[in-house]
Amino acid sequence: MTLLSVEGLGIDFGGVTAVDGVGFTAEPGRIVSVIGPNGAGKTTLFNMISGVYLPHRGRVRLDGEDVTGLAPNRLAERGLSRTFQNLQVFLRMSVLDNVMAGRHLAERGSTLADLLGLPSTRRRSRETERAARALLERVGLERAAEREASALSYGALKRLEIARALAARPRLLLLDEPAAGCNPVETEEIDALIAAIAAEGVAVLLVEHDMKLVMKISHHVVVLDHGEKIAEGAPEAVARDPKVVEAYLGAHAGREGSHALG
Amino acid sequence: MSELLQFTFSGLTVGAVYALVALGFTIIYNASGVVNFAQGEFVMLGGMITVFAHAAGAPLPAAAALAVVATAAIGILLNKLAIERARGASVVTLIIITIGASIFLRGAAQLGFDKQLHRFPSFSGDDPIAIAGATILPQSLWMLFGAAVVFAALYLFFTRSLTGKAVLATANNKLAAQLVGIDTDFVMALSFGLSAAIGALAGVLATPITLTSYDAGTALALKGFAAAMLGGMGNPFGALVGGLLVGLIEATTAGYLSSDYKDAAAFVVILAVLFAMPQGLFGKSAQERV
Repeated sequence: MTLLSVEGLGIDFGGVTAVDGVGFTAEPGRIVSVIGPNGAGKTTLFNMISGVYLPHRGRVRLDGEDVTGLAPNRLAERGLSRTFQNLQVFLRMSVLDNVMAGRHLAERGSTLADLLGLPSTRRRSRETERAARALLERVGLERAAEREASALSYGALKRLEIARALAARPRLLLLDEPAAGCNPVETEEIDALIAAIAAEGVAVLLVEHDMKLVMKISHHVVVLDHGEKIAEGAPEAVARDPKVVEAYLGAHAGREGSHALG
Repeated sequence: MSELLQFTFSGLTVGAVYALVALGFTIIYNASGVVNFAQGEFVMLGGMITVFAHAAGAPLPAAAALAVVATAAIGILLNKLAIERARGASVVTLIIITIGASIFLRGAAQLGFDKQLHRFPSFSGDDPIAIAGATILPQSLWMLFGAAVVFAALYLFFTRSLTGKAVLATANNKLAAQLVGIDTDFVMALSFGLSAAIGALAGVLATPITLTSYDAGTALALKGFAAAMLGGMGNPFGALVGGLLVGLIEATTAGYLSSDYKDAAAFVVILAVLFAMPQGLFGKSAQERV
């Protein structure tokens, strides 16, 4: 059962082709990782899937329905959540409020009832707060709940963003380098967290530089280089693919070689 | 003593208008970080549309309601045609667009209406009410009442309602707001519509006392902006207190010194406050993380 299918996705920036003809699928309960050298177009691909960029070519389908170019808030209504490599957190809100904001779509009620502070509103707020605190505990931030988000460390903000994304109870979760800037212990924790999220039936799409993490938890790996897909498959198979090895080491190894000769 | 009371009354009256203008600034600022310099034109439109609808035969309440609705529609159009088009532009660019919009609206009002000063009858007559040796016009009470109601409604809106919180979230981080499913285009349209409606309401309430004309908005926008800055940009309570304070400073200066200095006095006090407290009286200090 395919949840997300990406077909021939491409975008150019001022004549430079950033991503071209990339396609793959994602299923509930499985982790698909997108890897590739710096500048390969991984984040650009994520931005197109999540509606931040409007693709120039190709289609994005959710449940077979064409959602190409829908605004991020429309995609959120359809069950897509994401995090950013360089963080998009409400810095001037408390940690708890950030996660509660993630429940926005589930919180719909009458504005009049809100203004009057009717019991229905208060009950809903209490439930949201309870759910948010449970998520904070899950990412290990329960003791920072009342602090302003801007006071957190980078690694903690990464986890906060994951908690907020989870608050929307997504069916498809895009994580852009969740372990970047985290120490080995934190990376291990994020590792386990992602695997647990997928085990609950969420389709996870992961961009990550930490190869150990990718190889350990991914079910399927897509390799990008210069904006194009150069390989795809099970983690072990991809790691042995000569084209992948070249993309990661080739240019560098070539320069080293010419140094030695020259 | 009765003199001071009289100045207080007139200060509160004019302060109520400034407070309403400042509250209008607050909404759009809270949604986008943009200071909308066309806010004064919304006040002018509220007054002018009421004048002309009333002259065309509409009863005063109907003319006033029409003015508020029409101005709200103009606010939404301003957002749709000028602000939304500049997607991704910086806040400064958007502010400059609102200055352009204010000049445009002023010109359109000059052509569409005329260049005369106008007024329409007060809501509850013009017989002053005497209180402890001073007098206050019934229309002044209407203005204070209007400012208080709008303040209370906005305060509850921003602190209690989900939509109000969505507005604040949009200002805090637009992309993050979209990610959690907030329709930020709707939030912007709503805040421009609401802000324009509040501006128009200020125009409707004030015109019987202050009169209106096509260029009445400029001075109001400046005073309202000063009031919002004094109270702390983005805080409804600050806007209310800031507006009333500016009004009181003006009225007492005009009364005890000379009315030539009333504008200067207001701005000197504001500058002094901002030197000591750049975030305003009730504003939160903004610290950006780099």
